[in-house]
Amino acid sequence: MTEPLVEVAALSKHFPLGGKNFFGRRHGAVLRAVDEVSLRIMPGETLGLVGESGCGKSTLGRLLLRLIEPTDGNLIFNGAEITRLKGAALREVRRSMQIVFQDPYGALNPRMAVEDIIAEPLIIHGARQGPGTRKQVASMLDRVGLPARALDRFPHEFSGGQRQRIGIARALILSPRFVVCDEAVSALDVSVQAQIVNLLQDLQREMGLTYLFIAHDLSVVRHISDRVAVMYLGKVVEVAQKHAIYAAPLHPYTQALIAAVPASHPADRSRGKRVRIAGDIPSAFNPPSGCRFHTRCPYVMPVCREVVPPLVEPVPGHHVACHLIDASPAGAPT
Amino acid sequence: MSLLEVRGLTTGFMTGSGEITAIEDVSFSLNAGEILGIVGESGSGKSVTALSIMGLLPSPPARLISGEVIFEGQTLTNMSDRQMQTIRGPGISMIFQEPMTSLNPVFSIGEQIMETIRAHERLSPAKLRERAIEMLDKVGIPSAARRMDDYPHQMSGGQRQRVMIAMALACRPRLLIADEPTTALDVTIQAQILDLLMDLRDEFGMAIIIITHNMGVIAETADRVLVMYAGRVIEEAPVATVFDRPLHPYTRGLLECVPSLTEDRARLVAIPGTLPEPTRRPPGCRFSVRCSHAIPACSAALPPLELLEPDHSAACIRALDLAPIRTADLAP
Repeated sequence: MTEPLVEVAALSKHFPLGGKNFFGRRHGAVLRAVDEVSLRIMPGETLGLVGESGCGKSTLGRLLLRLIEPTDGNLIFNGAEITRLKGAALREVRRSMQIVFQDPYGALNPRMAVEDIIAEPLIIHGARQGPGTRKQVASMLDRVGLPARALDRFPHEFSGGQRQRIGIARALILSPRFVVCDEAVSALDVSVQAQIVNLLQDLQREMGLTYLFIAHDLSVVRHISDRVAVMYLGKVVEVAQKHAIYAAPLHPYTQALIAAVPASHPADRSRGKRVRIAGDIPSAFNPPSGCRFHTRCPYVMPVCREVVPPLVEPVPGHHVACHLIDASPAGAPT
Repeated sequence: MSLLEVRGLTTGFMTGSGEITAIEDVSFSLNAGEILGIVGESGSGKSVTALSIMGLLPSPPARLISGEVIFEGQTLTNMSDRQMQTIRGPGISMIFQEPMTSLNPVFSIGEQIMETIRAHERLSPAKLRERAIEMLDKVGIPSAARRMDDYPHQMSGGQRQRVMIAMALACRPRLLIADEPTTALDVTIQAQILDLLMDLRDEFGMAIIIITHNMGVIAETADRVLVMYAGRVIEEAPVATVFDRPLHPYTRGLLECVPSLTEDRARLVAIPGTLPEPTRRPPGCRFSVRCSHAIPACSAALPPLELLEPDHSAACIRALDLAPIRTADLAP
């Protein structure tokens, strides 16, 4: 069996809140942004990561790239433990892992020409400025669908979609194996969004990329992903093949999330027909005990308030963390 | 008589390189209790349309070049600011996309709702408070009386949008304009807010203009739809017609480029290019440069919005050539 390209085991990130006391010790609570998450991403695969704001999906993406340090847990990339790598060894691993950000306006330095923006990762990793680098950058620009005359222009001269193409070119110039797309198409207008989604899929095929595709748009995630993971308040509550998770979601939160997506035709209006979950997402600062979804769950039972449900695999390849689901195949809530 | 009548509305903005038109010749009418969806991408002019109706655009740089807005028989476009004040609130209210920046952080939400009511009605302090609590309760804020003294930062994004709606409804408007009311919200909260807007329409019989870039929001809420592109209305029809039989290639593109939640598509049908900047609009049909069906005649003249089928207008000279034949036409 193929080894996963990325594997995380019980990975956590807790942000301490509040100040330090007289002795320099931290007091007050911690924000559990990511709490004991375990996931595997196979080579060439796209894993979609969905959840609402504050669920920890962006923090998880940054943890995988070691852009922030995990509080606990292990991170394996390409068969090697990278949780505590430092200095040159970390830099070497980072050649293979890149990120595309949401905001095409904020992610590019407005004072740098496009050529310098895209060449910067090459320079950091030892390339020299010169005709060779320029040629490489021009060929990358061509791959993302921008003309060579863009080289000497500045970010403000481009539209949102074109800027996102520049951000993608910068991420791919080092030929990485793994790319985190953090809401990479969310800020774009729908007609442009489709162009960028198609581009990401073409590049994946051509360059053999593995994606973690973080987004809140469930339709886009379904389109681009092979498997989908759903997060709620720092926990992964369900992971499965996309067809399984969209056609037969097991976790009540996943069900609610899918039911809340607006209809694609006025004849399928959801108002009054589908189950709505009430209330807002609780604060990750003081998450509910037991199952974190129990405060909004329509099927809540006493045990849900007490015990954190483990992630089990009732159907092969379909993982879910819910007390309604037996580890043995059967008994999905309907 | 319709509640709102917009005729040939054209709004310009003075920029460094001369005056540009943000919207051109926008016309539509709206009946009481009706929900009109205005859909378009950023820069299409949908928000400028709303702000022009409300008379909320700063002048200069904005200027009403031509057209009129008639609300309940009164022409708003030649009213003084003072007269407009009596329309805003009890006549037409508006909610915006960003509930955080639309609320004042240093006043409690109760105070802000009461201020809105006070501006238009004379009520005793006790009655005022009662009405504010009633409004918060209507929009689904739990234990409304207790939350009156909360400040905006103590509420979540969804709750803040509910407070905005409570403020907008406090004067019982006959028309509510909601500009991207759910864009900043998560999908489960979006569903709650859209349900709420429709419940309130049913309860108070007010008309709603909902402005969005999301065809799903249109599908969920609208009775009629106006599709805008580069400052102009390019299609108008009842909601089912727009989804079943879009006549303008841009509308068809908008519907096709979003992935489905139930069907697999190998590749998305993207619309090439981007929306033109107002200073660089192409001659003739503004969509022609991105349209796969464009012919030379498309860039020769601006196509007018024409009634092509019963209750269905589009601004495309090839609309009827390209549209699939209606089954009704095939019947002997």
